[in-house]
Formats: sequence, C-alpha cells, structure tokens
Amino acid sequence: MSAVPENAPQHCPGTQSEDAGKVSACAGCPNQNICASGAAAGPDPAIQIIRERLSNVKHKILILSGKGGVGKSTVTSLLGHALAARNPEVNVGILDADICGPSQPRVLGVRGEQVHNSGSGWSPVYVSDNLSLMSIGFLLGSPDDAVIWRGPKKNGMIKQFLSEVDWGDLDYLLIDTPPGTSDEHLSAVQYLSNAGLDGAVVVTTPQEVALLDVRKELHFCKKVGVKVIGVLENMSLFVCPNCKTRSEIFPATTGGASQMCSELSLPLLGSLPLDPILARCCDDGRDFLQELPSSPAVIALRSIVDKIVATCDKNSS
Amino acid sequence: MLDYVKRVILVLSGKGGVGKSTVSTQLALTLKERGYKVGLLDIDLCGPSVPFILNLENQSVHQGPEGWIPVYLDNEQRLGVMSIGFLLGSRNDAVVWRGPKKTSMIKQFLEDVCWQELDFLIIDTPPGTSDEHITVMENLRQVPQCGAILVTTPQEVAIEDVRKEITFCRKTGIPILGIIENMSGYECPTCSECTNIFSSGGGKSLADISKIPFMGSVPIDPRVGKLAGQGLAAVKELPESTTSKVFTNVVDQLANGGL
Ligand SMILES: Nc1ncnc2c1ncn2[C@@H]1O[C@H](COP(=O)(O)OP(=O)(O)OP(=O)(O)O)[C@@H](O)[C@H]1O
Ligand SMILES: Nc1ncnc2c1ncn2[C@@H]1O[C@H](COP(=O)(O)OP(=O)(O)OP(=O)(O)O)[C@@H](O)[C@H]1O
Ligand code: SF4
Ligand SMILES: [Mg+2]
Ligand SMILES: [Mg+2]
Repeated sequence: MSAVPENAPQHCPGTQSEDAGKVSACAGCPNQNICASGAAAGPDPAIQIIRERLSNVKHKILILSGKGGVGKSTVTSLLGHALAARNPEVNVGILDADICGPSQPRVLGVRGEQVHNSGSGWSPVYVSDNLSLMSIGFLLGSPDDAVIWRGPKKNGMIKQFLSEVDWGDLDYLLIDTPPGTSDEHLSAVQYLSNAGLDGAVVVTTPQEVALLDVRKELHFCKKVGVKVIGVLENMSLFVCPNCKTRSEIFPATTGGASQMCSELSLPLLGSLPLDPILARCCDDGRDFLQELPSSPAVIALRSIVDKIVATCDKNSS
Repeated sequence: MLDYVKRVILVLSGKGGVGKSTVSTQLALTLKERGYKVGLLDIDLCGPSVPFILNLENQSVHQGPEGWIPVYLDNEQRLGVMSIGFLLGSRNDAVVWRGPKKTSMIKQFLEDVCWQELDFLIIDTPPGTSDEHITVMENLRQVPQCGAILVTTPQEVAIEDVRKEITFCRKTGIPILGIIENMSGYECPTCSECTNIFSSGGGKSLADISKIPFMGSVPIDPRVGKLAGQGLAAVKELPESTTSKVFTNVVDQLANGGL
C-alpha cells in the first residue's frame, strides 16, 4: 500500500515503494528529488494528523461491498438513523467516501446544503441534533456535475475529509464507500490505520453475481487487515403488498449470504427484505425508521444494530 | 487492435447494480443470435461479472503470436470475451489495485487483444466516472463508430448518478445512443399485481429531459436474473418476455442504422 501523490505521473510506483524516485516513470515528476532521497518513504504524515483529528471519535466503521447497488448507501443511512435514535446522547457521523456517485445527501434529505469552513476545519451538515454528514455532494455546483477524477485526486479528497472535518465528539463514524477494492478503499484503510478502525459491515444481496464480488471484498479485508464485523444480506425477500406472496427477486441459487458466511466463518448480522417504501424514502430523504417503525425491515434492522453495537462495545473494553 | 472492429458500444451508468453487466451480456448474446461477430470486453477489474454470467469461469486466455486470444463462447467463434476474471488464479481473488495499475491493464485490454474482425465490440464498465472510464474514453477517441448505452433503474438515487454519467459523456465527446431503464416494476407471479419496487418511469423522463433516445423498459424478472450463470440469451430462452422484446428492438435499430 503506497501513496501516489496527486501530481505524480500515471505510472508512479508510489512514494513508499523501494523504487520511489528511481524508475523511468519518475523522470520529470516534480517530486523526484524528495522521493529519491527516501524522505517520502516514511509513513504519510496525514496518518498521524488523522489519528489526532479522530481521537474523539469512539468507533469507526466502514460499509463495504464488492458489488454495486446492493444497498451500501441505504444501509449506511439506516444504521446512522438507528444509532442516533437509540439514544439522544449518542452522536453519529456519516462520511460519504463515494466520490463519483455520492448518495448520502439525497438519502438523508439534506441535498443542497452547504458545508462551512471554519478555523477548526469543515463543519459537517446536521441531519438531526446527533446525526451529521460530510459528502462531496455538498461541494458540487449542480446535480449534473460529474467528478471526473482519477485515483490520486480521489485519494486526496478522502484524506481531506478524514483530516479536515470537524466532527466534534462522535460515538460512531460510519463510512459509506463505492463498490470495489481500489483507491477509495485502500486510502480509507491506510489513512485510518492508526486511528483505530473497528471494522467493516459488508453488504450483499442473495444472488451469486453479488456474492462473487463480495467474496473478493472479504478477501480484500483479510489482505489489508480489516476486521469484518459481519455480513448483512439486503433485498432478501419481497412480499407482494396485494396477496402477500413471498418472492425471491434475486434468487439465492448458491445458498445466499448465510452459506457464504458459514463457509468463511463470518458472522451474519441479519437480512433486510425488499420494501418499496424504503426505496421511496431513500429517494425523498425521509427517515424510514420513523415512517414505518413496525415494518419487518425496521425490526430486522434493530437486531442488526444491536449486534454492531455489541461488537463495538467489546472492541473498546 | 481495434482496427478490424466496425462498431464499439460502451455500456455505462453512474450507478452500481443497475444491470450494466446484464445489459452488456444480453446485448452481446442477442447480436450473436442474429449472426453478427461480437466481442465483449469487461473492464470492471475489481468486480468482473461477465465470466460468471456467460458460464465461462475457469476458462483462460492464451497468448497468441499477435496478442491475447479471447475466450469464445461458441465453437463458431461468434462471441469472444475478454475479462480480468480469466487472468485470476481463483474466483475469490481480489484485485487490489489503485488507478494507475488499472489504467495500464485497460490499455492492454484495448491494445493487446486479438479480436479478429468484429461487427460489434461491447464494453461492460464498472460504475463511476474515474480511471477506467477516463482511460477507455481516451483510447477510443480515434475509433470512428463508437457510442454509449446508458443503463439506469427508475429511482431518483440512480437517476442522480446517471445524470453525472451523461455529463461525463458530453464532456468527453462520446455520443449517447440511448437509455435503457432496467428493473422497472415487478409482477407478482400469484396475483399479477405490478409493484414498482424501485419506482418507475425515471429512465423515460431522464431521456426526455436530456433529449436522449429512450430504448425501453426492462421489468424485474427473476427468470432473467437466473439466466446469469448459464450464458443463455433472453431472446432465445424467454422469447415472449419484455426483456427479449427490448433487446430485439435495440438490435433492430442498431442493424438498420437507426442508432
Ligand atoms: N431493502 C430494500 N428495499 C427496497 N429498496 C432498497 C432496499 N435496499 C436498497 N434499496 C434501493 O436500491 C437502490 C440501491 O441502493 P443503494 O444506492 O443504497 O446501493 P449502493 O450499494 O450504495 O449502490 P452504489 O454501488 O451505486 O453505491 C436504491 O434505490 C435504494 O433505495
Ligand atoms: N431485469 C432484471 N430482472 C431481474 N434481475 C435482474 C435484472 N437486471 C439485472 N438483474 C440482476 O440484478 C443484479 C445486478 O445486475 P448487474 O450485475 O448486471 O448490474 P451491474 O450494473 O453490472 O452491477 P455493478 O455496478 O456491480 O457492475 C444481478 O444479479 C442481475 O442478475
Ligand atoms: S518521483 Fe515519487 S511521486 Fe514522482 S513518480 Fe516517482 S515515486 Fe511517484
Ligand atoms: Mg452507494
Ligand atoms: Mg457489472
């Protein structure tokens, strides 16, 4: 895991690599002297800054999935609302690390808000008294604006989010990620390496096309040393609102998340059903937990949150 | 190596999980059924789905005298496939690469694969507007017949990301052939009541607002989901399905120059 600065050429070997400053790609790079001297080979100073910045954030959790569209952003927002509603004394922050497709401003109903930069850093946007959010969505002029950035620039943004947002005292920081095992994920893990990352909640759906990518994500977690708090299966079942027939929209032809978890000895946190009203709430930025507090999805969610809280409590004791 | 490719079609979406890989594979299979010679290039490096969907896992690409030889689905070699999945030791292996390494892999895919003569090269992409997309655009700029099909699902969360992808296409100068709306509505097999699980109509109105041709709505159909893993074409296995009709229509338009 090596850092590639924003101004480095395409084939930069990474400033912490043994070849830094010495390979053909380095010719003409503005950092060549520093890299060749070995001065950049130490750990990125940002790691220490981030450790200090996040020292009053008790628990840090990544929401991951190898697969797109399985509900990472939805689950992140549900967990945020649920943790914040559990106890008004608990403060929850959400960091949207999906740079090209930020969903949190819409899902949390705070689109169009502004973030302010004060002496102590960027202040996040407050969704409620004890739930705050930072997303690149707040920095874009229009919803049509595309963030056409290569990896190093995305990494720079994530570094800034982690080191410059003034969250205040937080009990939980939830980090929503895009699908994959690339820049955003590596950077988040690398920058948080000294800040005490509790682990990852991995989201999947039941079908093999999703599980295939999710196994890769679990492999990634193992490779970079991120603990898996548990796997959450989303969109497991659909109950027809008219006749109550239960359908498997995304059929678990290979045993779904439960079989994958038992094969890999990982905890299964639970399953959320498909609920059209949940999709509607995400679009409109409404809090599904308040809209339908006794729905099967909310009941399942509560038990999932209990398990996550228990794991975090165990981590801190 | 794209000299012998008549037409390149990128399948794009800002949003994850909307069905890009499903559309890419069904489009390739439909074109193949119509007798065209087709290539399918999967540039989703962290989450390659094409080998599984087409039931080609465990196959491997070989290095020929002129470059990589794609994996063929059929003996007549009418559908050739290239994916990083064919280069991994195990299906669970993660490709933990940052942008620059992904970029050089995609360049190799574009330059070093021996496609032979192709009527169509379909390119399946990951979500977003980053390294993979920028690289592919930069390298396809010289290809005269190149366009993009955008895939979306009906809900706002997806539309929002697809709008960003439209901006990306316009900025990089790639013509958009049309928008397909996927997963719009599910018909209960018992009572036939149609529930718009992910809302409906969003793709059509996005197409109208952005003045992009609308290519049709594909409903949620678990039978289509189950074709994944078998390498079967909806137009052949489920000829009466709406999915089959949408792909037939898209291919008709591609064939008669309407797109
Ligand atoms: N249990 C559910 N019931 C109904 N709709 C759901 C459910 N979970 C997620 N959705 C909807 O599915 C869509 C995809 O979810 P979401 O955007 O959270 O996925 P994601 O994994 O964050 O996607 P991406 O990979 O693009 O970041 C959204 O429209 C969301 O509202
Ligand atoms: N019309 C449909 N009806 C039922 N299932 C579908 C339909 N379209 C796609 N699916 C299923 O939805 C899942 C997601 O589709 P797919 O993998 O094609 O999306 P994608 O956009 O390529 O995702 P990613 O962003 O991860 O690459 C797959 O399991 C697929 O089989
Ligand atoms: S000089 Fe340093 S920053 Fe520049 S390319 Fe080489 S290793 Fe990368
Ligand atoms: Mg998301
Ligand atoms: Mg895909």
